[in-house]
Amino acid sequence: MAAEIDDIIVSERSRDVQRKTFIRADNIFKAVIGFFAFLVIVILVWLGIQLYESSQLAFASGGIWRFIKGSTWDPVTGVFGALPFIYGTLLTSFLSLLIATPLGVGTAVFLAELAPKWLKRGLQPLVELLAGIPSVIYGLWGIFVLSPLMANTVEPFLMDRFGFLPFFTGYPLGIGFLTASIILAIMIVPFIISVSTEILSTVPVPLTEGMYALGATRWETLKKIALPYAKSGIFGSIVLALARALGETMAVTMVIGNTPQISKSLFDPGYTMSAVIANEFTEAASANYLSALIAIAFILLLVTLVVNAVARWLIWRTTRMK
Amino acid sequence: MKGGGFSYWRRKTSNAFVTILFSSSVLIVLLPLILIVGYLFFKGASSVNLNFFIHRPAPVGEHGGGMGNAIIGSVYVVGLASLLGIPIGLLGGMFVGEFPHNKFSTLVRFVADVLNGTPSIVMGVFAYTVVVLPMKSFSVLAGGFALGVMMIPTILRTTDEILQTVPTSIREASLALGVPYWRTVLSVVLRSAKSGIITGILLAGARVLGETAPLLFTSFNNAFFSYSVTQPISTLPVQIFNYAISPYRDWHRQAWAGALILVLAILIVNFAVRVFSRQRFDQTV
Repeated sequence: MAAEIDDIIVSERSRDVQRKTFIRADNIFKAVIGFFAFLVIVILVWLGIQLYESSQLAFASGGIWRFIKGSTWDPVTGVFGALPFIYGTLLTSFLSLLIATPLGVGTAVFLAELAPKWLKRGLQPLVELLAGIPSVIYGLWGIFVLSPLMANTVEPFLMDRFGFLPFFTGYPLGIGFLTASIILAIMIVPFIISVSTEILSTVPVPLTEGMYALGATRWETLKKIALPYAKSGIFGSIVLALARALGETMAVTMVIGNTPQISKSLFDPGYTMSAVIANEFTEAASANYLSALIAIAFILLLVTLVVNAVARWLIWRTTRMK
Repeated sequence: MKGGGFSYWRRKTSNAFVTILFSSSVLIVLLPLILIVGYLFFKGASSVNLNFFIHRPAPVGEHGGGMGNAIIGSVYVVGLASLLGIPIGLLGGMFVGEFPHNKFSTLVRFVADVLNGTPSIVMGVFAYTVVVLPMKSFSVLAGGFALGVMMIPTILRTTDEILQTVPTSIREASLALGVPYWRTVLSVVLRSAKSGIITGILLAGARVLGETAPLLFTSFNNAFFSYSVTQPISTLPVQIFNYAISPYRDWHRQAWAGALILVLAILIVNFAVRVFSRQRFDQTV
């Protein structure tokens, strides 16, 4: 009898030990996967520090503001000012948003509210495909198809009709701010569509059904219920697209003409921050030159960080309501 | 209230007008897609032949040549990137997906999203400063590092989302049987989320396969077949870029052919993923 009780106690004890090992193993497991999750934060911080330190040489004479405000970029004499690139990046990004926003939001509304289910299921993969085509292929198409089209048809037409505006003057080269903006618009529109469609599908069905029950048309329901509800999320998707446009490299590099100048005319060739890094990085012979290019990458990183953070916050604010 | 705004006829027409407007925006959005895919086949298909796959680039003026070395190089660099991206993305995603509602996980998720939106050229500069500069040479390693870092957030976020869809009851059933938690995650939760996770990994791979900007000054380029991780290597996107901006007609043809192959490869992965995830869907229903 006593032996049996001993057995039970022993086994209880061993079970206890076993449980402790279990808990220890669980804690180790948690620590390991937690460490890998932590690595993501480490990488972002490391990225920031690395770029900041490597760009110190460029900021040495006059600091970051002087670098940003400098409008001359002359590697031969060693004068590095980033303004022409910042101008090109901002101009092409905003212009592309101007084109992509109505089209993207319109398509999202169509997919989320108007299209029958079978059409939606057919169209959504196509939109994803548009997002999946590599940048360099948009660039290739831009060089050989879009650029001649712009030079021969679109730009002469714009000059003819709107030549009195300062944006549509100069010579229709087919490469420049306008062509780059159009390529960018094509590339960012899928981001606006996919996020906005998702946001619009979070609009509570009882609200829209109530509206229909009152005899409202589709457009009235959209205008009064769906769009106001999804407003900040849709705005978030546009800001997200802006972040993409700011950093987009290859396609822009291939059609913008790569000339560091600040020009009012959209037909003129220009340059963007990402394009100058892509083009000149391997040619940067001096330490100053290399540092100036890394400094541009650092500024680009900071800008996209802020823009992305804002976009995520806006999207999170809408989806949280669900 | 304006009386006119509520007239039946006016409401109906404005509704129809807006519907047409929204529908036509779809057509405008899809037009470039049709044009791009059309041109790829129209211009690229004629230059794709066996030589294209097995030969290295021919010198200027010489006819023929191919992108065999670039195709191998692309697979090589993406393979190396996977070695970095998959473990960190998967394990990190496991933590965030298993413990979704705490400040740390929210922060990791946010950082992953921000990292995902960081321009790829910036990742190239990052890889240049941490790999190319210390090694004093362009290399497969540097390219793999740049693409690997880009894969992490995608894999982490898909793993996170998939794990959160795994029902708690499955975890509880396993725990009730006395299976330790770590074992439950590895053999029960992961198994039921398997196809979703593989989908995420494949999509991350397909995405970085088409990346050019981060490779320009990391893996650089190479006119020959090369297999050393410490040497520069040719990749398909970089080769397409170099050919596209060259002044030679023959190289333009090659660029179109390379672009067609690249897009087809990405399409095949995407299609496989679609079939794959539909299968999973059918099984659970």
